[in-house]
Amino acid sequence: MHPTDFTLSGALAALNEGAISAEELTRAHVAAVEALNPKLNAFITTTSEQALDAARASDARRKRGEAGPLEGIPLAIKDLFCTEGVRTTAGSKILGNFIPPYESTVTAQLKRDGAVFLGKANLDEFAMGSSNLTSAYGGVLNPWQRKDDPSARLVPGGSSGGSAAAVAARMALGATGTDTGGSIRQPAAFCGITGIKPTYGRCSRFGIVAFASSLDQAGPFARTVEDCAILLRSMAGHDPKDSTSAAQPVPDFAAACARSVKGMRIGVPREYRLDGMPAEIEKLWRQGLDWLRDAGAEIVDISLRHTKYALPTYYIVAPAEASSNLARYDGVRFGLRVAEKDSDLRDLYERTRAEGFGAEVRRRIMIGTYVLSAGYYDAYYLKAQKIRALIARDFDEAWQKVDAIVTPATPSAAFAEGENTDDPVKMYLNDVFTVTANLAGLPGLALPTGLDHQGLPLGLQVIGRAFDEETVFAVGAALERAADFKAMPAMRAGA
Amino acid sequence: MTYIIEGESGPWEVVIGLEVHAQVTSNAKLFSGAATAFGAEPNAQVSFIDAGFPGMLPVINHECVAQAVRTGLGLNAKVNLWSRFDRKNYFYADLPQGYQISQYAHPIIGEGAIDIELSDGSTKTIGITRLHLEQDAGKSQHDQHATKSFIDLNRSGVALMEIVSEPDMRSPEEAGAYLTKLRQIMRYLGTCDGNMDEGSMRADVNVSVRKAGEGFRTRCEVKNVNSIRFVMQAVETEARRQVEVWESGGTVDQETRLFDTGRGITRSMRSKEDAHDYRYFPDPDLPPLVIDAAWVEGLKAALPELPDARRARYVRDYGITPYDAHVLTLDQERSEHFEEVLKHTKSVDFKKITNLVIGEVFAVSNTAPTTSIFMTAPPVSVASSIDLLEEGVINGPVFKDLIIRIGIDPRPPIEIVEAEGLRQVTDTGAIEAVIDQVLAANADKVTEYRSGKDKLFGFFVGQTMKAMQGKGNPALVNDVLKQKLS
Repeated sequence: MHPTDFTLSGALAALNEGAISAEELTRAHVAAVEALNPKLNAFITTTSEQALDAARASDARRKRGEAGPLEGIPLAIKDLFCTEGVRTTAGSKILGNFIPPYESTVTAQLKRDGAVFLGKANLDEFAMGSSNLTSAYGGVLNPWQRKDDPSARLVPGGSSGGSAAAVAARMALGATGTDTGGSIRQPAAFCGITGIKPTYGRCSRFGIVAFASSLDQAGPFARTVEDCAILLRSMAGHDPKDSTSAAQPVPDFAAACARSVKGMRIGVPREYRLDGMPAEIEKLWRQGLDWLRDAGAEIVDISLRHTKYALPTYYIVAPAEASSNLARYDGVRFGLRVAEKDSDLRDLYERTRAEGFGAEVRRRIMIGTYVLSAGYYDAYYLKAQKIRALIARDFDEAWQKVDAIVTPATPSAAFAEGENTDDPVKMYLNDVFTVTANLAGLPGLALPTGLDHQGLPLGLQVIGRAFDEETVFAVGAALERAADFKAMPAMRAGA
Repeated sequence: MTYIIEGESGPWEVVIGLEVHAQVTSNAKLFSGAATAFGAEPNAQVSFIDAGFPGMLPVINHECVAQAVRTGLGLNAKVNLWSRFDRKNYFYADLPQGYQISQYAHPIIGEGAIDIELSDGSTKTIGITRLHLEQDAGKSQHDQHATKSFIDLNRSGVALMEIVSEPDMRSPEEAGAYLTKLRQIMRYLGTCDGNMDEGSMRADVNVSVRKAGEGFRTRCEVKNVNSIRFVMQAVETEARRQVEVWESGGTVDQETRLFDTGRGITRSMRSKEDAHDYRYFPDPDLPPLVIDAAWVEGLKAALPELPDARRARYVRDYGITPYDAHVLTLDQERSEHFEEVLKHTKSVDFKKITNLVIGEVFAVSNTAPTTSIFMTAPPVSVASSIDLLEEGVINGPVFKDLIIRIGIDPRPPIEIVEAEGLRQVTDTGAIEAVIDQVLAANADKVTEYRSGKDKLFGFFVGQTMKAMQGKGNPALVNDVLKQKLS
């Protein structure tokens, strides 16, 4: 078997048995990155030399009997995580020269556990987007192709498009992502892999470039549910440097993947049946529920009454926070500075931010500034906060009746560059199934369970109670076993 | 004591409210571990959080919270067990995050009140509206380079308490007394050092004027005044300016003004129309600040004695006047020094001790304002000196001299007295001999005195004491002189 075809848990087993060394495993992935990245553009920055050094150090640790839980596993890191000494751009021109002198907590924990970093994965600028097309470093090509139009340039989804594409194309065994409104789950679904946004507060946000602080949450991508569980265990945990991180114990998520769903109650929210939803999505959903019923779960119709307000609520709360979070990119202390010889402070701000930020980021800063303005605050921001509380209450009520909720992950399969781009609102609709979990702070997992008529992957989403990722993993693993998803993208290492 | 501005149209009353920014005494900043000491090299005390770097997050410093609660308790104010931090958004080069974290909507401390002491001996209660915690910004320096501005972020993120008063003050004196009292309370509590020249305490002064019986008229805010004297001046000039505006048929516009200390005037900084829209919203990086009632009770129980209580105790236990008690307690260190003197002296004549401490010891201490009174006048030596005076070993003039000496001379006062021969002379024979010489040398003055020029008696006392190097017992000198001159 080619080393890039390992699952993460399979690679760990092979490393433990001595069937392969971390250096060999990393070398195979570095080669895959070098071969595929010119086409896919999944990485903004590659760190092949550091990766090989880290792999050799990992082999030495293993030899000394000091192997960590991720010892020698090559990963892609979304370029939103600050990595000490390695350029961190957030997909933006404004941070094009920014080399953090510190490491994010999540990546520090992955390193602590032995992981090897292949490079910094491409993303929508400041994680704002559903296509990866807002990146200042170019779009990412989805490694999957339409059956009847293989030349169509499909997007990998976003914002964590580079991470998802890298894992799907077997350039990495896993990747980190962040999810503010669906930025892990939507690209996972578009790229035919698995990704989980854990409960808000499960992973530290320290050292992650902030988009919308009350919604942002880090999570893993991998090609199996169990692999995501293994990665999440290393990424999660309370961090005193993040006041919103939860003081909750981190369970053995991988063990939960083997739990039976027998007797579990699975909720089907009627509000997620959208008008004009493709029949393929409807069918995929029904199929998933049938599989769970076959595995002994009880399917329960539920209502999440305020669902239709979720998207507008999200597109008020997230830009509001972003408009404030992005104020620090002002050309004064770090990053891009654009000024003329006689620029005053205001001119410096205007030039730097106009040149440094792309159109989508500027649009969201303006929306956010508007909804927080005197005279509009009550009508927009405050009202959105109230609806957000109602959306969370809908879920609280649902948990009286069910243990997990299953929905489609996205309203369609991956679209092509140029589609959906004429109208920003159309693009925002990609998040329709995913934003509710962010607004309510709940864990949501996306996994591939079928293909559309073009042979493109389609995914389901499992939502669980706060800090009950274990049930989410159990339901996800049951779906994964039943779906037995074996399809692979056209563009991948070894293909 | 009513303060009135006499305008052409009649008398005007002045209405004043103060917003005081007090730097919290703490080793670390409000949301970062960086140090807060004054006078460090520029940008030497800056963490990545204070500099607003990507991905950095604030974590509340609980000592700053405790200090705010202590201050609230000292202001007899309501402590809010649930409070919240908001972001105040604006762009400036010395505001690295692009927002200031501040408790806008839900402050940690609610309504309270303090009593201020006025020069006519009366007191007045001033309402406190609220106290909230917030971050300080950095400092822009525009005078260091011809074309560039320099930014020092040492202050960036330092914890401030903004203390807002009700518009209860009616004169510059009351504004000054309020600031004095506030600073005194915080110094007693150890929550703010109150050093206005180091920027540890600044005031925004809200001033309006009105005719008797009217509601409030439009106010102006004079920003960032950094001494009590300047606050009093700013109130006066701003009130006079407003009276002139109203009386010339104009209207006072709500605006922010600056006090030009050089020219003694206020000038417009920005009008209401130019006011920033700060776009306040709850800081999503910080959960609400929830504190425990039992913890607050613990802080309350551990509070030091505050000036009002101490003053009342002095009046009650020592039988001294409220004014003397006020003077003794104005400064916490001085009042502790006073109590130390009481502990060591054999005297129980509290009134006399009070007079000696206020009159002589404080006078010496005033000549070296930056040195601790415990150094300029060690309390044990002060107590011994008082005992020597009370026992008649030395006289008053020598006591004065001794109080100056004990700050430099480490020997016990009695040793100084013996070594320098400062004992007072009570030997009537010796005194008579000196007086005889003085009268003989001033025969003409003796004649004048006897012919009715009584005032010359003091001259003879002075000459006698001078001849005795100040050591004569004053009562005996008086008696003998009277005898000889009669």
